Amino acid sequence: MSSSERRLEFRNYFQDNLGKRMVTDKIVKIIVIACVVIAIIPLGSILADVVRMGIEIISFEFLTALPGAAGSGEGGIANSIQGTFIMIGMTSVIGIPIGVLSGIYVSEYANSRVGKLIRFFNDVMMQFPSIVFGIFAFLFIVLVLGKFNLWAGAVALSLIMFPIIARTTEEALKLIPDTYREAGHALGLPKAVVTVKILLSAAKGGIITGIMLAVARIAGETAPLIMTILGSKGWFRGTETAMDALPLTIWRLSLLPYDEAVMFGWGAALVLITILLVLNMSVRYLVLYRKGGSGSLGMFMRITGGKK
Amino acid sequence: MSRDLLAKKKNFHWDRIFKITATCAGAFVLLIMVLIFGQLLSDSWLIWEKEGLSFVTGDRWNPVEGREAFGALPYIAGTLVTSLIALCIAVPLSLGIAMFLSEIAPTSIREPISFIVELLAAVPSIIYGLWGLFTFRIVFKDWFESPTHEALGEHIFLFRDAPFGLDILTASVVLAIMIIPTISAVSREILLAVPAIQREAAYMLGATKWEVFRMSVLPYAKSGLIGASILGLGRAVGETMAVTMLIGNAVGPKAFPFGFFQQGNSLASIIANEFNEASPVSMYFPALIGLGLILLFVSLAVNVCAHLIIRRVTNAHEGGIKGF
Repeated sequence: MSSSERRLEFRNYFQDNLGKRMVTDKIVKIIVIACVVIAIIPLGSILADVVRMGIEIISFEFLTALPGAAGSGEGGIANSIQGTFIMIGMTSVIGIPIGVLSGIYVSEYANSRVGKLIRFFNDVMMQFPSIVFGIFAFLFIVLVLGKFNLWAGAVALSLIMFPIIARTTEEALKLIPDTYREAGHALGLPKAVVTVKILLSAAKGGIITGIMLAVARIAGETAPLIMTILGSKGWFRGTETAMDALPLTIWRLSLLPYDEAVMFGWGAALVLITILLVLNMSVRYLVLYRKGGSGSLGMFMRITGGKK
Repeated sequence: MSRDLLAKKKNFHWDRIFKITATCAGAFVLLIMVLIFGQLLSDSWLIWEKEGLSFVTGDRWNPVEGREAFGALPYIAGTLVTSLIALCIAVPLSLGIAMFLSEIAPTSIREPISFIVELLAAVPSIIYGLWGLFTFRIVFKDWFESPTHEALGEHIFLFRDAPFGLDILTASVVLAIMIIPTISAVSREILLAVPAIQREAAYMLGATKWEVFRMSVLPYAKSGLIGASILGLGRAVGETMAVTMLIGNAVGPKAFPFGFFQQGNSLASIIANEFNEASPVSMYFPALIGLGLILLFVSLAVNVCAHLIIRRVTNAHEGGIKGF
């Protein structure tokens, strides 16, 4: 199409039928707003239900006691809360160093081809179905040791965690201007010292943000825990036995035929959501208010920040 | 002078160790991927040996010893069907949300709504499952499934089964609700990344908001939006807990998805449900691991596609008014 024909076409289109076009515009706007409303209703209903049902059951005893007999409505979920925090701790011990070092490697050491390759695999691994990591940890650890245990759960969750941290660390390091690196090398510092003392401390905010996002992601994972730590009704008894975590409790309670058990499930859901919200809010505070606006790191956080 | 040299030497040493450690950590992801594939393949080897390709194409599922038969087809179909229905519901709504947030909404409500959408992306799937099981299922059955079944059940086979609430459609709708925050958050980023000059050019011609979107924003962002949708599809394929709680968990030939109101099953949910029942020495166990391997391949294929598309988009920075 020649440019004059094209100009003609534009002119014909825009000159006439303004009224009709305005009506189309209005209709589209209404449809779009309807989309937002239709989507917000169920999403709002979830939060409302969890808060409404959860508030009813939460008490000091609920947060601090062991579970009573199934369906009796007595006791609490303290062992699951304890278990969730232990899982977060052990997973972080394995996942954070690997994730941060892997991010450092891709950003500082790898040549661009290898870096691209590893980044691609990190991205792909971030999207793996979490249940696959559960199967892997079961085969690799539970079957070998012959019992459900903390390590299997922590390994499964850290495999979900480290690609997220690796990618956020990499993005955070990339935001640091090269002059920082050059200044360090000009002082005669070896690369390791430049990386650890200068780059890591400059990228601290971004890296911590990534870690917290990854923690929020793994704290809600259920499927891998079914095959690795199984669940239990007592306090944590060491790394060699089955243990409990909040998502597992919710899953178990929701299958029981008693109303009281289900109410406990809602309570556990409220506790879990509160933990996740606190984590997410702190991330938001770190990214938006301390780092000042949203650079490419902010965008990356928003894209990967959701759970998978 | 000798002390300086010594310090240098020591530093040099640490430098090498640090580099090697970082390299190992970088290579870790490759190692783990190979390990996962190898482990799943070797532990499901028995089932591939016994059933061969008919493990993928068969539909019988019988773990009783002596009469074992395993076929994955109904669950592969269940995974794909629920994910695709979810995608069909979620993509238009998410596009609407993304368009609202990037084009229409006044700045004062843009941030709060984006904030809510992003927070909802962080709610774990077990909570969607809990809500689906105790709230949504009942409302959905009374207000949508039963009336539809009564009106259309005799004429259209898709609506034939009597609705019970735990069925393929319920699972799909809850899946859609789960992936809406993801798709709309990514789509919004992609729409916001469209250069202002694209919009200004169209406005200059006297276009209305919808026309600006249709003729200058959409063509520019199209492949990115497709990538965002496939990312949502990938998430739906791997989703376990919410689907397990809502899909009805049928096994065998009757799990094959023929109607909306029928109990079905998906790859992830049958694994989650039956994994702890299977004895590691029976054929049942390799069959479940085999399902895991199939699930891994399905999700890998979907996600690699999404990444390639999104990468192509984020690398391209030129455009004009296209597709008029």
